[in-house]
Amino acid sequence: MALQLATEKWSGEISEVIIGATKDEGGSRKSVVRIGGENTLPFLFNEGKIPNPVCVAFEVWDTAPSDWPECLWRAFGKSLNDSLSWAKKCVEEYKAKILCVRLQSAHPDFADTPPEACAKFIAGLLNAVDVPLVIIGCGDDAKDNLVLPAVSEAAKGERCLIGSAVQDNYKTLVAALSADGHNIIAESPIDINIAKQLNILISDTGFALSRIVINPTIGALGYGLEYAYSIMERARLAALSGDKTVASPFICFVGQEAWKAKEAKSEDERQGIIWEMLSAAALIQAGAGLLVMRHPVAVEKVNKYIERLFQR
Amino acid sequence: MALSGLDIYKLLAKTNCRECGFATCLAFAMALAKKAAGIEKCPYINEEAKRMLEASAQPPIKLLCIGGGEKSFEIGNESVMFRHEEKFHRPCGIGFILDDGLSDAQIKERLRKINKSRFERVGQMLEVNLVAVRQNKSGQRFCDAVKLVAENTDLALVLMSRDPAALKPALELLKARRPVIYPAVKDNLQEFALLAKEYGAILVITCPDLEGLSAAAAQLNKEGLSDILLDTGKKELSDKIWDLTQLRRLPLKRSNRSLGYPVLAVAEEDDPYEEALEAVTYIGKYAGIVLIRGIESWEVLSLLTLRQNIYTDPQKPLQIEPKLYSIGQVDDKSPVLVTTNFSLTYYTVLGEVEASKVPSYIMSVDTEGMSVLTAWAAEKFTPEKITATVNKYGVRQMVRHNRLIIPGYVAVMSGELEESSGCKVVVGPKEAAGLPSFLKNL
Ligand code: SF4
Repeated sequence: MALQLATEKWSGEISEVIIGATKDEGGSRKSVVRIGGENTLPFLFNEGKIPNPVCVAFEVWDTAPSDWPECLWRAFGKSLNDSLSWAKKCVEEYKAKILCVRLQSAHPDFADTPPEACAKFIAGLLNAVDVPLVIIGCGDDAKDNLVLPAVSEAAKGERCLIGSAVQDNYKTLVAALSADGHNIIAESPIDINIAKQLNILISDTGFALSRIVINPTIGALGYGLEYAYSIMERARLAALSGDKTVASPFICFVGQEAWKAKEAKSEDERQGIIWEMLSAAALIQAGAGLLVMRHPVAVEKVNKYIERLFQR
Repeated sequence: MALSGLDIYKLLAKTNCRECGFATCLAFAMALAKKAAGIEKCPYINEEAKRMLEASAQPPIKLLCIGGGEKSFEIGNESVMFRHEEKFHRPCGIGFILDDGLSDAQIKERLRKINKSRFERVGQMLEVNLVAVRQNKSGQRFCDAVKLVAENTDLALVLMSRDPAALKPALELLKARRPVIYPAVKDNLQEFALLAKEYGAILVITCPDLEGLSAAAAQLNKEGLSDILLDTGKKELSDKIWDLTQLRRLPLKRSNRSLGYPVLAVAEEDDPYEEALEAVTYIGKYAGIVLIRGIESWEVLSLLTLRQNIYTDPQKPLQIEPKLYSIGQVDDKSPVLVTTNFSLTYYTVLGEVEASKVPSYIMSVDTEGMSVLTAWAAEKFTPEKITATVNKYGVRQMVRHNRLIIPGYVAVMSGELEESSGCKVVVGPKEAAGLPSFLKNL
């Protein structure tokens, strides 16, 4: 008797978001990164298509990351003190396909860098490297509302992924990104209903749903990983069942969370590296499309893991 | 799948002889379906009906007890595809493969490390479960290695060999330990099944295709062997994910009985990082046992933590007892930090307080296991509740400074809390990581 497999038929599809624009498309990137576009659960290739491999972005700051653990400083060396050479190292030495820049220096508690200077920095970075960019504000809502529009304009036409929009502060960012042709990160606090609500709010302004990437707010391995893991699975099931309002790819800030863990400060640097790596792997299994990571070895191994997952 | 009363009725003699104590066969069938009566009450039930009834009382995925004694553990009887649908019930066993080509000294050294692989995390003890001995050398060497391993660990054992002549004496040594035998393949199925039966061992069937796997399991079951684990061997990762998904879906969603057993998966790579990544995949995707080679604590701790995360009940966050905890040599000048009784929050705060080396009190408020922000939003972490806790533990009598430090995220409650508690409220950092410098500069 032939075995009847249990296959599922999904009606929904995750939107495909394109980050970066080449010369032909009005930008200056050498290549673009596509995430999303799948119409099945992670790696069930027998049930649908998964056109784009999961992608890892190196995290780069516009200022020296003084609170990063020693292990990361050792990996990058002095380049962490100079953002442009740090960014270049990621692209040239570590073959980063995409970078995620955090404009930390703009924070009032840091250097309080003015918006014009941030814009200039981004213009310089776009000149220095030719990969697509994810750009993150400093985390202070009021300041980000000044900085991100300026940055958006400076990167006009480059189709960056910029964030983050949150439920009670999204209008300014949406307006700016809409005008300059960028994608947006919609951030919700481990809550599927807020994620949905925010996507609706943003798309109600006329901003295309297909240009939204969801940041579900993750916890690292051992620090609440399982909450985001299940929120992502639930959102993905809803999306595949046809709910377009949560059918966006996920971006997960893995490095930021993993390197906060006590284990990541262990004397044995392999403990920190594997902590970041396994946090990433679990989230990939829950449906992550883009991971922002820090340690070059962790990135290298996760990239290899992704390659293995997509080998058929 | 449970049978309905009518399904059961069809299997009965339908004579309404009343010997079962019920007025009719139908009444008896209904009672059976509700588990209000046992089948032994009807003397006329035939063998086939009995088998079907017994089978229908079994869970879709068999519950298996692996190993003997204190370190035995249960796997299987899982009920859902996704954690949020209910929870994953029985954490997968994690074990280590040792080759019999290693010297006795090497084996002992590794076992020493493996036996010590226990970690406490958020109030739970994380432990490894199995040691697998793999035959590469002669039958004699294999048997000696098994003996050495059995003498040096209490963990459950897996015997990895394709040679029945080597397995038999090894099994002889392990009579009380309910070991696992790996792998039974198509060609040795009968022979291995006999061994497993004779020694009360659990048999892993390895077959790359699900159809063959199902046929083999069905055959063994017919022969009365049901302590079975399934394995589809080494494949590309996405194929493994597909197999593992099918092996969970088919029993749960299609009532497939012949595949209703827990699954064993081997993640073995030279590079421990790559091995761990592969293991993560299997831990998350339904494996009942995952075997690896790496024994370094950094690899093991991270995998055990992942398993703990995946198998945490989503409806019941890990909680600690709400009370006033003293950290270090506290006195009446020590600061008092207020937090929730969500394990993760408490242990994160605890870790940072310990790191600061500033003796402190941590007052954990009963928030029903919710984290700071969630509890605040759900009104489980309110000025009234904190005040009640302060009074309950007599905090104001224990310290002279009369100060409470609250998490930065709930700074808005400061005024109200000062009023209700009569304490001076100091707003601490938002993230626990900020505590050491905060406490030192207090
Ligand atoms: S004893 Fe069996 S045959 Fe007789 S009434 Fe009960 S169920 Fe029916």
